[in-house]
Amino acid sequence: MAGMIGRKLGMTRVFSESGDSIPVTVIQAGPCYVTAIRTKENNGYESVQLGYEEVPERKLNKPRLGVFKKLNLKPLRYLKEFRNFDNIAELEPGQEIKVDIFQVGDRVKVTGISKGKGFQGVVKRHGFGGGPKTHGQSDRWRAPGSVGQASYPSRVFKGLRMAGRTGNDRVTVRNLEVVRVDVENHILMVKGAVPGARNGLVYITK
Amino acid sequence: MNKIDALTAAQLRTDLPDFRPGDTVAVHYRVVEGDKERIQIFEGVVIKRHGSGVNETFTVRKVTGGIGVERIFPMHSPNIQKIEHKRMGKVRRAKLYYLRERKGKSARIAERRP
Repeated sequence: MAGMIGRKLGMTRVFSESGDSIPVTVIQAGPCYVTAIRTKENNGYESVQLGYEEVPERKLNKPRLGVFKKLNLKPLRYLKEFRNFDNIAELEPGQEIKVDIFQVGDRVKVTGISKGKGFQGVVKRHGFGGGPKTHGQSDRWRAPGSVGQASYPSRVFKGLRMAGRTGNDRVTVRNLEVVRVDVENHILMVKGAVPGARNGLVYITK
Repeated sequence: MNKIDALTAAQLRTDLPDFRPGDTVAVHYRVVEGDKERIQIFEGVVIKRHGSGVNETFTVRKVTGGIGVERIFPMHSPNIQKIEHKRMGKVRRAKLYYLRERKGKSARIAERRP
């Protein structure tokens, strides 16, 4: 496994060699820096902590700044641990991780926070069919239907799907094909859509 | 968006003629069927241009045997071999959807002199 932190920049299209138009999401991927390595001996599990995006010193508190000072890195805004990283033994704290860990044709997972949709009904939120639109119905088109039984159990079961806040969830899209890798500009293009708004934070893992 | 424009700038085609809605064009489009490749020519009136940058498309409408056919081409597709700019039309709007309801004499477009 390998992973990176990035930002979704937006979508566009790329023409393949055969002339097909491929819809792609452009991701600003890294550069990330290794800020810590967790090992089985010291921590009981293996993972790599990566940092992303430079930030002015005044934005961080002293304990956090100390982490970067020790590693001779510029202050970074985000830290995130990735488990089961490839060649963990070869990595060192302070090392830069670039997009070249991904190759064109790789299949990756992208995790982000989906766009918030506010309070939504059951049709949009859970894909319910709603009620009949005709045959004498009134105000039943987008209704959820029955929510339970009768005097037994006399209550609504927990977890029943109802209307409520929609979106703004952590969503992972798997099996996205890498279409282009631009190491110089730290750009990754994957085929298809990725969760979240433009400039949203995303985690890319292979 | 500027970052994305910069990344796709290399894909933009500069060899195609400039045309507007109302103009008549013949699009030479490469079609691959199995392992054979040929050029298909689609000639008609441009009824809209849509989008910007590498995402730009244009729609060409022609009437064949009394049936209207519209085709949308990606402006910067490498499959467009060439575009012949046949005639310039004088129109007063950017999207010529009104042509869909017209035929014969009323579907004509006056010629524009540059």
